[in-house]
Amino acid sequence: MTEPALLSVEDVSVDLPTPRGNLRAVDHVDLTIGAGRTLGIVGESGCGKTMLSRAILQLLPKKAKLSGRVRFDGQDLVGLNAERLRKLRGRSLAVVFQDPMTSLNPVLTIGTQLIETLQEHLELDGLAAKKRSVELLAAVGIPAPEQRLTQYPHQLSGGMRQRVAIAIALSCEPKLLIADEPTTALDVTIQAQILDLLAREQRRRHMAMIIITHDLGVVAGRTDEVAVMYAGRVVERAPTPALFKKMHMPYTQALLAAIPKIDAAPHTPLPAISGRPPDPTRPVQGCSFSPRCRYAGAQCYREKPLLTAAESSAHQYACFHPIQLAGGVIA
Amino acid sequence: MMQHYPQSPTRDPLLKVEDLVVEYPVGGKTIHAVSGVSLEVARGETLGLVGESGCGKSTLGRAVLQLRRPVSGRVLFDGQDLTGMQGDSLRKMRQRVQLIFQDPIASLNPRRRIGDIIAEPLVIAGVKDPKKRQELVHEVLSAVGLDPSLVIGRLPHEFSGGQCQRICIARALVLNPEFIICDEPVSALDVSIRAQILNLLEDMKTRFGLTLLFIAHDLAVVKAVSDRVAVMYLGRLCEVGPSEQLFARPAHPYTALLIEAIPVPDPDVRPAESVAVGEPPSPMSPPSGCRFRTRCPRADQRCSDEVPELRAMAPDQFAACHHPLIPAA
Repeated sequence: MTEPALLSVEDVSVDLPTPRGNLRAVDHVDLTIGAGRTLGIVGESGCGKTMLSRAILQLLPKKAKLSGRVRFDGQDLVGLNAERLRKLRGRSLAVVFQDPMTSLNPVLTIGTQLIETLQEHLELDGLAAKKRSVELLAAVGIPAPEQRLTQYPHQLSGGMRQRVAIAIALSCEPKLLIADEPTTALDVTIQAQILDLLAREQRRRHMAMIIITHDLGVVAGRTDEVAVMYAGRVVERAPTPALFKKMHMPYTQALLAAIPKIDAAPHTPLPAISGRPPDPTRPVQGCSFSPRCRYAGAQCYREKPLLTAAESSAHQYACFHPIQLAGGVIA
Repeated sequence: MMQHYPQSPTRDPLLKVEDLVVEYPVGGKTIHAVSGVSLEVARGETLGLVGESGCGKSTLGRAVLQLRRPVSGRVLFDGQDLTGMQGDSLRKMRQRVQLIFQDPIASLNPRRRIGDIIAEPLVIAGVKDPKKRQELVHEVLSAVGLDPSLVIGRLPHEFSGGQCQRICIARALVLNPEFIICDEPVSALDVSIRAQILNLLEDMKTRFGLTLLFIAHDLAVVKAVSDRVAVMYLGRLCEVGPSEQLFARPAHPYTALLIEAIPVPDPDVRPAESVAVGEPPSPMSPPSGCRFRTRCPRADQRCSDEVPELRAMAPDQFAACHHPLIPAA
C-alpha cells in the first residue's frame, strides 16, 4: 500500500479471564487499512472478529487485557485517556452494530439520539442539528424523515432501525466506519439495500470501512481486502479478487466450499468441515485448524504457522501446506 | 382470497394444505399471517418454503400441526383432516409429524438430561418399557452422529449449537415419524456447522424415508435440500415449482428479487444495485390485489384491483402474478 495507513493494528492480543481459565480471544493480529479503503473481516462465531473490533474501538470488557498497538490517524489508541477517546469515537471512528434494537436507546426518540450526537461532536445549535438530522435520515433512505425524528426505535422495522444507526454513525463524517455484522439480523432483500447504502456512503465520503461478517458472500463484491480469522488469528489476508481466485489457507477454501451455492443442483452433498472450532480456553498447540484440516501433517500439530507472503506481499496465509489453485483446479 | 391450483401438482400428497387462513388478533386489529394458501407435499419429497420475516411461513408450519388453529381451510395429512381433530386423535397424528426449530439451544429444556429429553416423546407415545426406550434413544443418537454413552447423561448447556441441533433432530426422529417440519433449522448455525446439519438432514431423510417441509429464508440453503420450492410473501403464495426450474426461470417478480438479493461469494459477480425497493408492508393492512405490488417494478392498475390466481407457468410451476416474467403455459 502506498498511502500511509489510516488504521494499523499491530500485534494485538486480547485475553479474557473466565471461570474456565484464560480465553485468548484475539491472538497476535496485525492489520492495516488505508483511507477510503474497505476491509472485510470474515470468520465464524467465536473466531475473535468482534473482539478485534472492540479492541480497535477500545470498547473491550473491563476485565479484558489488551496488548499490542492500535494506531489510528497518527495516534496510539491503547492507553489514550477516556476523554480523548470519547472525542474520537463517534467523531472520526464510528461503529454500526448487528442489532439496531439494542444499539439504539429504546426510550429516546430517533431525533434525540441523532441530535445529541451532532451537538456533542460538531457543536451545532439545536436548529442546525435538527436540520442536519433530517438530511441524514433522508440520505440513508428513510421516507418522511421529519416525522421519524419524533418516533421511537420500536416503531421502526429492523431495516429502518439499521438505517437510523447508520445515519448516527455517519453523522460526524467519520474517517473509519466499523460495521459489525450490520445485516445479519435483516432479511435478504433488506440486507442488499443496507449493503448498497453502506457502499454508496463509503464512496461518497471517501471513508474507510471495516465490514465484519460470517458471510463470504457479503465481502466478495464489496471489499478491497479480506482478512479471514480462525480461533483468534488472521489465517489469510489478501486483496479480495486475489483471495477468491487463489486461496491458500485450507480453512478459507473449506469455508467457501461449505456455503450452499445457488447454482448447485438440489441434494448435492455439501463439503462440510468436520468437527468444530477449538475451545478458546484450551488452545491448540500447533495450527488451530489442524484438528479439522485434511492436509494437516506432523508439523501442523507441533508449530503455529505464521502469516507468510504468497505471490505478493499483500496476499498472506498462515499454513504449512498451502493449497494452490492453478487455473481454477485444486492442485 | 382463495389460491386454487389449476391442476394438482403432486400425485401422492402426504400433506395437503387447502386454502389455509391463519390470523392473529392484536389489540383490536388482525394480523393476516396466512391468507388462503394451498400446498401439497408428496410422499418422500422435500418442499422448501421461503420468504422474508413475517411472510407467514412459520405460522403455516405451526398451523399444519394445529399448534395454531387456522381460521379456515383444511390440513389433510395422509387423507385425514387435522383441523377438526382434538385430544387423543390429534396427539396420535402428531407422532407422525414432528417439528425442528431454529434455536436448538432454546428448544431443549436446560434442566433435563439429553437421554430424558429424547426419551420424552416415547413416554408420551406410551412406550412403557424403559429398556426399550433406552435402546431407541441410543439408536437415534448414533444415527445423528453422537456417541450415546457420552451424551445421554449430560445437560444441553454442555453442547454447542450444532450438537444441540443434532439432539433436536434425534428427538424428532425417535418416534419414527413420516413427516418433519424443519423451521429454519440451520439459520442459527455457523457456515461450517450448517453444512454438517444440512447433510445430516439429507441422510436422515433417505435413511428414515421422511417427507420434509423445509422452512427457511435463505434461498441457497433451501435449494440445497428441496425438490420443490414454494415462495411466500405477506401471507400468500407467490410461486411454487421444481427447485432448479424455479431458480433458473422464476415467473414471479418477487422470486426473481429474492434470487438477485443473495450475496454471491464471488467478487466477479457485482452485486446488483438496489434490486429490492422498500420493505414489506404490515400484515395488519396488506395491500389490495397482489400483495407484492407496492414493491413490484411491473405493477399496474390491475395488480391493485385483482388478486392474482395461481396459474401454470411451466410444467409443475405455478405463479400468482398478472405480469409474470415468463409467458404463462
